[in-house]
Amino acid sequence: MKPFEDRKFVILGIFLVIGLIFLGRLFFIQVVDDSYQLSANNQALRSITQYPVRGLIYDRKGQLLVYNEAAYDLMVVPSKVNDFDTAAFCNLLQITDSVFETKISKARKYSRYRPSVFQKQIPASDWALISERLYKFNGFYGEKRTLRKYPKATSAHILGYISEVGGSDIEKDNYYKSGDYIGKRGLEKEYESVLRGVRGKKVLMVDVHNRVKGSYRSGLYDTLPIAGKNLVSSIDRDLQAYGEKLMQGKRGSIVAIEPATGEILAMVSAPSYDPNLLVGRPRSKNYKVLQQNDSLNPLFNRTINAMYRPGSIFKIVQSLIALDEGVIKEETRFKCNRSIIGCHGSHTNDDLVGAIQHSCNPYFYQVYKRLIQRGEKSNIFKDANLGLNRWQERVKKFGFGVRLETDLPGLKKGLVPDPAFYNRWYGENRWAFSTIYSNSIGEGELQVVPIQMANLAATIANKGYYYQPHLVKSIGEDSVKRPEFTERVDTEVDSSFFNPVIEAMYKVVNETGGTARRARIDSIVVCGKTGTVQNDPWPDHSVFMAFAPMKNPKIAIAVYVEYSDFGGTWAAPISSLMIEQYLTGETTRPDKEKRITDAQFLDIYEGKK
Amino acid sequence: MRAKNSIFQNIDWTIFWVFTALVLMGWINIYAATYSEEHQSIFDMSMSYGKQLIWIVTSYVLVWVVLMLDPRFFSRLAYPIYGVCMALLVGVLLFGTEIKGAKSWFTFGGFSFQPSELAKYGTALALTYYLSSLGKKFQGIIVRIKAFIILLIPAALILLQPDTGSVLVYASFIFVMYREGLSGNILLIGLGAAVLFVLALLLNYTTFNLPFDFEISGQTLMISVIGLICLMIHQLFKRVKGIKILIILVFGVISGYVYGVNYLFNDVLQEHQQSRINELLGIEHDPTGAGYNVHQSMIAIGSGGVFGKGFLQGTQTKFNFVPEQSTDFIFCTVGEEWGYFGSLVVIVLFLVLLFRIIIIAERQRSTFSRVYGYCVASIFFFHLAINVGMTIGLAPVIGIPLPFFSYGGSSLWAFTILLFTFVKMDSERMHILS
Ligand SMILES: [Zn+2]
Repeated sequence: MKPFEDRKFVILGIFLVIGLIFLGRLFFIQVVDDSYQLSANNQALRSITQYPVRGLIYDRKGQLLVYNEAAYDLMVVPSKVNDFDTAAFCNLLQITDSVFETKISKARKYSRYRPSVFQKQIPASDWALISERLYKFNGFYGEKRTLRKYPKATSAHILGYISEVGGSDIEKDNYYKSGDYIGKRGLEKEYESVLRGVRGKKVLMVDVHNRVKGSYRSGLYDTLPIAGKNLVSSIDRDLQAYGEKLMQGKRGSIVAIEPATGEILAMVSAPSYDPNLLVGRPRSKNYKVLQQNDSLNPLFNRTINAMYRPGSIFKIVQSLIALDEGVIKEETRFKCNRSIIGCHGSHTNDDLVGAIQHSCNPYFYQVYKRLIQRGEKSNIFKDANLGLNRWQERVKKFGFGVRLETDLPGLKKGLVPDPAFYNRWYGENRWAFSTIYSNSIGEGELQVVPIQMANLAATIANKGYYYQPHLVKSIGEDSVKRPEFTERVDTEVDSSFFNPVIEAMYKVVNETGGTARRARIDSIVVCGKTGTVQNDPWPDHSVFMAFAPMKNPKIAIAVYVEYSDFGGTWAAPISSLMIEQYLTGETTRPDKEKRITDAQFLDIYEGKK
Repeated sequence: MRAKNSIFQNIDWTIFWVFTALVLMGWINIYAATYSEEHQSIFDMSMSYGKQLIWIVTSYVLVWVVLMLDPRFFSRLAYPIYGVCMALLVGVLLFGTEIKGAKSWFTFGGFSFQPSELAKYGTALALTYYLSSLGKKFQGIIVRIKAFIILLIPAALILLQPDTGSVLVYASFIFVMYREGLSGNILLIGLGAAVLFVLALLLNYTTFNLPFDFEISGQTLMISVIGLICLMIHQLFKRVKGIKILIILVFGVISGYVYGVNYLFNDVLQEHQQSRINELLGIEHDPTGAGYNVHQSMIAIGSGGVFGKGFLQGTQTKFNFVPEQSTDFIFCTVGEEWGYFGSLVVIVLFLVLLFRIIIIAERQRSTFSRVYGYCVASIFFFHLAINVGMTIGLAPVIGIPLPFFSYGGSSLWAFTILLFTFVKMDSERMHILS
């Protein structure tokens, strides 16, 4: 044994212990603790969002309603910004010194090494100049985004708008991330999931100076963005623009539908606004102006949200239900007894066609009485309850008092009173026909939305059925139509009963002394019915519902002009011009058109009775 | 005399193959750490892996040269080699090139040479020669002081460069002296001193609040506690003669040491050195400042997982998050790209090498060969412990290379000569008697 030879064990022991400590520590940081993996990914990987192109929207003729225009977000990486001419920079971006300071310090606060948005949505036109000089300013670069652009300032209410997602949007759907855009109204909202497409992602490796070093794992984790699908709208852009022109200086709405399909051809709500106002950086400022401009409320879509009493036009629904219920026949006559309810004109004892044509109030008083008090119960209150229930069921088949399943969000139902409604109002067994007779002539508690009125016109044109009125003909390259829009909805009124009604509507427009002579067109046979919604003490709303041509109808329309007086005076000629425009592509009556465009009914106090 | 072509006959093949494995793995990791799309050729001399290839080939030439030498060459020329090394260390202070604040390099053309790497070899030979010339005794204060001076000269010269890491390597010779008879208490005292050092620093910044608004500094508290322990020991061993004086002496030395540590730390060390030590002890935490290197190195290693990200797939090491990724922090590439599996292989290979050297050293008939073997093992162990330890946050950041792994010709050559001098001695062990 050599001296001190045992000491080799001490030394080997120390070597071994240190080795084991290292292996233990390495086991902990490499295998057990995964926080290092996270830190590594945070440092060395950058996930770049690849924004998809939002789908375009075309009109029924293939003309663009909305497309995308390139815009640029000016990005900044604070750590790369070195001293530069701040004044020149501010001048280039047209911002003030203090704005610059707040923005740059906000970016610094977020991260010194990661890019943040310095200025959003710089239009391509401004960007050309900025990008040319950007080389002077280290740390700034542009990121391409898109803005919605509307080639014609039309269809604002239909198309709606998009805006940057807020906290609640992100909460509702975890697809969205800060910086994304989402449809907020109109078709942009309804078809959001189709239009938006799917975001892509590119994972890049960056070095310690944040320089991109290439694609991570040769793009294994990358995904390509999937472009949003294009929509073909049922709207006729030219007809829509024409309707908006006719409605200038007025409150009201026009809804035109193709009866054979339920496709909405035009949907005008006046006053409207230029959709280009709600795009890009001026959006929030403009939105505020539009919203606070409350007396005219241009953001309000009257076609689906405004509710009116239906007025005389409702006599048509009463006629159809009464015929189908068998309580009257085409030949049934009632005396125009003006002691019960007022009337106009020189008729005295009309049959059904005459009564519709002359809009005879006492006639429909009698018709409605027969519908409500059917004599099936001895107690008149219980009898009225029964009758009203039967009646409201049948009215709802016409799309009134129910929410039409269109593709515009926020549609109103209107109101068709049922027994429960009056029970709440008056108490059970405390009302009968005599309490509710105003409904007979479309006054009373009935409430309708303009699109329901247009749908009624389409239903009459189809002699008894309609398709859910809708704004999108087809989605994407495969031209898919939502299945619910191809299902026929039946009113369950025998189609033969529509003949006298259509005859009467023909006479309203075309016969001497008809209330809607102004709707007549020489070359096209128009059938229509006027209505007037009283608004004491202000002027009446002028209402007109029509379809044309009489044989094989191509267009059904309803027009509301608020505070403008009798239905035949304004709503009828507007309908007529719209019909002519749609069917012939032009107007043969420029003087008539001028009379309409010149008319102003915005200041309701002016026309106060 | 044996024929020259048999020089490989008696060498220890375990050491040879472990050496080869480490050098090749080292090269693969240097390639991965510095690889870029533009420079893919392994012979690209503008890249460090291209140059390292030259160093590796030439180091095999050195292996051959060392094995060709007469074994008596090493003992006879131990002091002259030591002398040349010291001359080079002086020379580098006078004529060296300053790189990163240290005059450690001679540069000729595109290549540079670090004499402090070779100085370890010279010192190992000189210490070995001195210790083996003593016969069987490593005793007496004069002998120890002489041995200490052999170490002190290169350490002092290197400290002047300054290159603190390389200076500390000389502390590793304590294992050699321990094996040759230095009291084991020295190791214990060393350990105790280290513990006290850490404690003193941990308490350096601490103040304790006592009841009645008394404040007491960490050091005072520590010394009070040590004093109390001393009193208790005194009570226990009252009857032992001279215990009082011994305890007072020990207490005095410890107190002096604690204050000394604080003095050294606060007044001698530079701020960045203080920060590094504070980071290591967890007193400071600043991943962007002094702790940056270790923070990044641990992220790189820790993100490797069990099997690593794969060859050339490392992001942290390749994209410069980890500093010095081909030299001092080469182990990060191992950890990141090869995972725990790779770390395990490397550390086990080093342990195999160290164990093999010690086992072979103990079978030597000549004291010279044995002592030299311990020198080699001690130097490798110290490098391994500090280098790997710093990458995983267990040792202070001291810039010393991982043998055979880190990029650099001087260190590879020096380690190769150091190791194969021992292999040569072992292959001739039947012929060397003294
Ligand atoms: Zn009448």
